[in-house]
Amino acid sequence: MAVNESARSRPKLAVWKFASCDGCQLTLLNCEDELIPLAGAVEIAYFPEATRAMVEGPYDVSLVEGSVTTASDAERICEIRKVSRRLITIGACATSGGIQALRNFADVSQYRSIVYAHPEYVKTLERSTPISEHVSVDFELHGCPVNSSQLLEVLAAFVQDRHPRIPSYSVCVECKRRGAICVTVAHGTPCLGPVTQAGCGALCPAYSRGCYGCFGPQDTANTQSLADRLRVLGMDESQTLRIFRTFNAGAEPFRTESARHEEVAP
Amino acid sequence: MDDIRGMVLLLPGLQLLIDVLRESGWTVRGPTVRDGVVVHAEIESVDQLPAGVGDLQDGASYRLRERGDGAVFGYVVGPQGWKSLLFPSRELLWSGHRTGTEVDVEPADVDAPRLALLGVRSCDLHALEIHDTVLAKRAVPDAAYLSRRENTFIIAVTCSDPGGTCFCVSMGTGPVPDKDFDLTLTELVDQEGHRFLVQPGSDRGEHVLDELMTRAVGDEVLNAARTDRCAAALVGSKAAQRMGRSLDTDGLRDLLYANAEHPRWDDVASRCLACTNCTLVCPTCFCTSVEDVSDLSGTQTERWRVWDSCFTNDFSYLHGGSVRPSVRSRYRQWATHKLASWVDQFGTSGCVGCGRCITWCPAAIDITAEVGAIRSGEG
Repeated sequence: MAVNESARSRPKLAVWKFASCDGCQLTLLNCEDELIPLAGAVEIAYFPEATRAMVEGPYDVSLVEGSVTTASDAERICEIRKVSRRLITIGACATSGGIQALRNFADVSQYRSIVYAHPEYVKTLERSTPISEHVSVDFELHGCPVNSSQLLEVLAAFVQDRHPRIPSYSVCVECKRRGAICVTVAHGTPCLGPVTQAGCGALCPAYSRGCYGCFGPQDTANTQSLADRLRVLGMDESQTLRIFRTFNAGAEPFRTESARHEEVAP
Repeated sequence: MDDIRGMVLLLPGLQLLIDVLRESGWTVRGPTVRDGVVVHAEIESVDQLPAGVGDLQDGASYRLRERGDGAVFGYVVGPQGWKSLLFPSRELLWSGHRTGTEVDVEPADVDAPRLALLGVRSCDLHALEIHDTVLAKRAVPDAAYLSRRENTFIIAVTCSDPGGTCFCVSMGTGPVPDKDFDLTLTELVDQEGHRFLVQPGSDRGEHVLDELMTRAVGDEVLNAARTDRCAAALVGSKAAQRMGRSLDTDGLRDLLYANAEHPRWDDVASRCLACTNCTLVCPTCFCTSVEDVSDLSGTQTERWRVWDSCFTNDFSYLHGGSVRPSVRSRYRQWATHKLASWVDQFGTSGCVGCGRCITWCPAAIDITAEVGAIRSGEG
C-alpha cells in the first residue's frame, strides 16, 4: 500500500506515438542509468513501447512523438490533449511534420500508388502536420531523434516546475565550444549548422561532416544567406532545395527556403 | 639591436627547449595539424609541429598549403585562440546538494595546469593583455582565469608570413611580439639554414635560456650572431608589409557612434547568419552565460559558466523579451562594442586584427569591409 501511495503522489507520465519511427521513444528508453531515477520521479503511467501496464488518465505530462497523418490521428491528439495537464512534443515529426511531410510538397495519392501494392487500403491525409497545428503544446523539443540529455532536462524541468534549459541558438555554438573544426570554412563542405538549432552537440561536424539540420531551424535562421553560400560551395538549385527538405522539411524557415529554390530548379 | 640578449636554436635546440620546459613541470601546448587546420595541442616532440605547413586565408575560407621550406611556424593563426585554455568554453562554478531543507554549496576546484604556450603570435599576446584587463583587473577578478594565467609560460613567435585576413598592423598589435612574453622566437629559413633566434622577455625566460646553454651538448644551441639578429629584424619588417587586410582606425570610435542608423547595418544583417562564429573565434570576446543543471530528484545541482555570444537571441533576453531581436542590432552591437565602446570601457580597442572573425565567418562577412563602407558612406 505504501508503494501505491507514493506512486500516486508522483506526476503521471504518458508517452504517445503518432506517425514516426519510434526513435524518440527509444531515446527515452536508452537513458539507461537515468531510467530508475526517472521512474522514481514520475509514475510511468502509459508507455506501450516500454510496458503493457497502463494506468488510466488524466496524466500530468504527455510526451507526444510523431506527426498527424490520418483523420483518426487528428481526433486522437485532441483526446490526448484533454487528458493531459502538460503536453510536450518530442522530435522532428511531432514538431515539424517529419520526413513524411515531404508529401506536403507533392501529390500524396501519387506517392501512395508508388509505395503500396494496394493503395486503396491506405487512408491518409494530404499533409503531414506537427502536433501544434492541432492542439496547444506546452513545449516543443526538437531533434531527429531528440537528445537524451535534453529530454531528461525537459522532464526534470517539468517535475521541478521550472522552464527547461534548451537553447535555441545555432549548432555553430556547440561546434566552437567543443573545438570542432568548421567543415565549411576549412574543407568547403556544405553545412546547415549556422541555421540549425543546437542540441546534438555538433555531432556531424565533429566527425568532419556537414550538418543535416536534424534539430530544425535555430531561432534566427537566415536561410537565404546560407543558401547563397551553399551556391558558392558548388551546390546547384536542386541540391539546395533538397538539403532543406529532409526531416524538418515542414519547419517554416526550411519550407520557405526550399520553396524559393523550387521556383528556379530545373 | 646588439643589446638584446639572444641565442640561436637549431631544430634539435627547439626540442631541447621543449624538453627543458617539460622537465620543469610545464605542459607544452603548441601548434599541430588536425582536420586540415593548425590547432594547438600538447607538444612533446618537434615532430608534432606543422613542418612546411602554410595556410591560405580569406573570407569564409581556410586551406592548408605546402610551403616547401620546412618552417614550423610558417602558418598564420588558426580558429582556436589560446582563450580556450585560459578561459574555457565550459567551466563548473559550484555544485550544490540539498538534504531536506539544508543546501550545501561547494565551490568548484580550479583546474590551473602549468602551461607553456609555444608559438603565441603578437596579435594573441595583445588579446591576452585585453583579457587580463577585462577578467583579472576588474573590481572582482575572475579567480579561475587569474590562477590559470599565473601558471602560463609564454613563448611568442614573430609572424613571418601573414595571412589574407590579417590586419594587426592597422590595430598596432603586431606582427613582432613586443611585450608580455617569457621567450620570443624568430624562425629563420635562409642560406644559413633553418634556425630560431630566441630572446628572453622575463627572468623566467632567462633561466630557461641558461638551462638550455648548460644542457646543450653539440651545436644545437649557439650564441646569436649579428647576422642572425639582422635577419630576424627583417622577418618582422617584411611581414608588416604584407597584411591581407587593413582597417583605418582614425576617429573610428566617433565614426561608429555617429553611424548607429547607417543603412549598411541592414545590408550586413541580410548576410549575417547570427551563427556566433565570429565571437567564438575572437580571442577577446569574453561573454558568458550561466547554466544551472539539476538532476531529476532535485537534490543535486551544478552551475556552469559557458561561452555565450551577443549574436544569440537569448543573449539579450530580459523580462518580457530580447532587447536585440534583429540581426541588424546584434551585428551593430558587436562591431560597435569591439571597435568603439570597448575603448570607453577598457581603454583600448577590443580588436587585435587577427582576422579570425573574417576567415571563420561562414558568410564571409569582413569587419574591415563593413567599417570601410560606413566610413565611405556606402549603403
